[in-house]
Amino acid sequence: MSGGLYSMDQKDFDQTLDLTKVKPYGDTMNDGKTQISFTLPVPAGDEAIEAAKQLMKKMGFENPLVVFSKELTEGFTFFNCYGSTVHTVDYSTIYVPKVESTVWSMDETDDFIREHIGRKIVVVGASTGTDAHTVGIDAIMNMKGYAGHYGIERYEMFDALNMGSQVPNEEFIAKAVEMHADALLVSQTVTQKDVHIKNMTELIEMLEAEGLRDKLIVICGGPRITHELAKELGFDAGFGTNTYADDVASYIAQEMDRRMHGNK
Amino acid sequence: MRKSKLGLNFDQVDDAKRLAKNIAEQIQQFVDGYTTVTVERTLCRLMGIDGIDENEVPLPNRVVDSLLDKGVLNQGVLYYLGNAILETGKSPQEIAEAVAGGQLDITTLPMHPLTDIQKAVQPVIEACLTRIKGNVAKRNEYLSTIGEGPKPYLYIIVATGNIYEDVVQAQAGARQGADVIAVIRTTGQSLLDYVPYGATTEGFGGTFATQENFRIMRKALDEVGEEVGRYIRLCNYCSGLCMPEIAAMGALERLDVMLNDALYGILFRDINPQRTLIDQYFSRIINGYAGVIINTGEDNYLTTADAVEAAHTVLASDLINEQLALMAALPEEQMGLGHAFEMDPMLENGFLLELAQAQMTREIFPKATLKYMPPTKFMTGNIFRGHIQDALFNMIGIWTHQGIQLLGMPTEAIHTPFMSDRYLSIENARYIFNDMRSIGEEMEFREGGICRERAKTVLNNTIDLLKQIEKEGMFTALEKGIFGDVKRPMNGGKGLGGVVTKGEYYFNPFIKMMKERW
Repeated sequence: MSGGLYSMDQKDFDQTLDLTKVKPYGDTMNDGKTQISFTLPVPAGDEAIEAAKQLMKKMGFENPLVVFSKELTEGFTFFNCYGSTVHTVDYSTIYVPKVESTVWSMDETDDFIREHIGRKIVVVGASTGTDAHTVGIDAIMNMKGYAGHYGIERYEMFDALNMGSQVPNEEFIAKAVEMHADALLVSQTVTQKDVHIKNMTELIEMLEAEGLRDKLIVICGGPRITHELAKELGFDAGFGTNTYADDVASYIAQEMDRRMHGNK
Repeated sequence: MRKSKLGLNFDQVDDAKRLAKNIAEQIQQFVDGYTTVTVERTLCRLMGIDGIDENEVPLPNRVVDSLLDKGVLNQGVLYYLGNAILETGKSPQEIAEAVAGGQLDITTLPMHPLTDIQKAVQPVIEACLTRIKGNVAKRNEYLSTIGEGPKPYLYIIVATGNIYEDVVQAQAGARQGADVIAVIRTTGQSLLDYVPYGATTEGFGGTFATQENFRIMRKALDEVGEEVGRYIRLCNYCSGLCMPEIAAMGALERLDVMLNDALYGILFRDINPQRTLIDQYFSRIINGYAGVIINTGEDNYLTTADAVEAAHTVLASDLINEQLALMAALPEEQMGLGHAFEMDPMLENGFLLELAQAQMTREIFPKATLKYMPPTKFMTGNIFRGHIQDALFNMIGIWTHQGIQLLGMPTEAIHTPFMSDRYLSIENARYIFNDMRSIGEEMEFREGGICRERAKTVLNNTIDLLKQIEKEGMFTALEKGIFGDVKRPMNGGKGLGGVVTKGEYYFNPFIKMMKERW
């Protein structure tokens, strides 16, 4: 690396943290240091490195440094780069809509349901449409759960059915009606060409057409799902990455309670 | 004299194989009595019927549906096609076109004696087998001239949805060191009861498996193989509702590796167990004859079940799959039995447990081209740790002499691989394979140590499970959710409507001729 072992860069910038102007942290406050890698459709060489640097500058990086480049196949060069971004964000004014519920353990949720709902909550889940991935719905629903978080099937106060993958919305709704479901869980993993948006919108439209929408708690989840997106599409809640059965189960229990007893 | 580095008791291994054989025979007895719509469409394709009608319905579907509608599919498509050849003097393709055009109903023609009909189809069958044999010879010629990469073969996927973009990615991968290129199928193709036609440029999460797409990719891989001086194998999927049809297309277009596993379809695609076990038998006969390495899907059990708790279900399924493949005359060398590196990375000594299981699989199937799958379940989006997980996986791959190493990508669970992801993964594997090439010969497993004990436990549990399945039968085992924690009833799932009991005049000479390597 051309920079040598010790950084000799002048640190003539303000090094105090200001949450209205946050930028990346490398090893010094406000240094803006960022690592980035990408491939350009050009052959390797000095011109390629220069192109990468110019692109970095356009992306808002000062002192762009190309630390590694390699032609992956004829006419495609891969770069590892570092730079200091000039941009900042105002952290103090950020608002992100989130599912508003307290996350409880399995026992706490079961106890709450026993006391406040007085019966088992029926949940039907599926990876719907053409989506063949079961990893997400399995992690939330299956007995075993994921990463030490037991799935909803293990909860005493839930009656849970995991329909698996590639379930058409029609079948999903029919099963929900048959089982008198209280809540529906939709998992969407494949998001290429926004196929998940189309599929999730269709589900909500079908529920509305059958007059079922308000009778159910409808939840979606997946690596590309946010609560904001879920609300936009007409779902009650959306769960993204790093959420487990605990998050979903506590939310359902609390939402059921809200709907039954009107307490906020 | 078989020697186990893990101290495995080979008498126990023989017991396990005997149990698996009994289970496979029970399945086979059932399979022999039936045919399916896709088996019959496969026969159409092998007889040279190809193309689509004005509504893009494949002609093999039109011909088979015309028999199904009349309730005579039980006699088999060859019976009616052969008779139509005698009666009209036309080729199978011309007959299919006339059926699709509504000018011909092959069920109402005067029927000739069975032996005459059999004679009429024989030359067409021989021409088909000659073509497939030519493909096998061509592959062998490549292997003896330009050669191949050392095992484990490096296996990468392309999945752009557009066959022409796939070609760019596949050739790049081959230049970087890949030995096997798998073209991932579009989401949902496994549930289509027909095979789409022509070159395709639109797919979700993958590219349609069509015969034309096979041809395009085969040509591209031959070109790049000659350029890099290494035969590049082409992999696709003959699984789902069109198992044997896609196997036939693969045989005709010289594919080298094919995913082929009824159990996978049953458990993870909810395909009817009866349908897909019948389909699987014929597809494996074709794969065996065409020199295609099959890949089975046991690795997937560990995406829903736990790698420590369910290791014995993987081994039990591998053993059953081995016996089912042998019944289809598929050589051991062509068995890419599946298993996977899916230990929780937070588990203490997880590497040792995994090493034991991989070594055990190697020793139990000494000739098989084992397919070893990378971590997926515990890939989190932390690409930096993911790259290390893949490195540990690669160490076990080279240590235990796996046959096909599916390369793990640091960006697993994020997106279909970028060109650079593939580069980093190939670099990772090549570095480790070279750096640790002979570690398997150098290292021994301590007596009474973690690895030996683990292997012993898994084998014991496997034998217990096989005894249970032997007693209850495979269909009951599936209903109970023994594999992958997924329950599948015998009459549930997709495709049961396409199963037909074989009738009095039913014949399929391909089975015998292919098994006996005509």
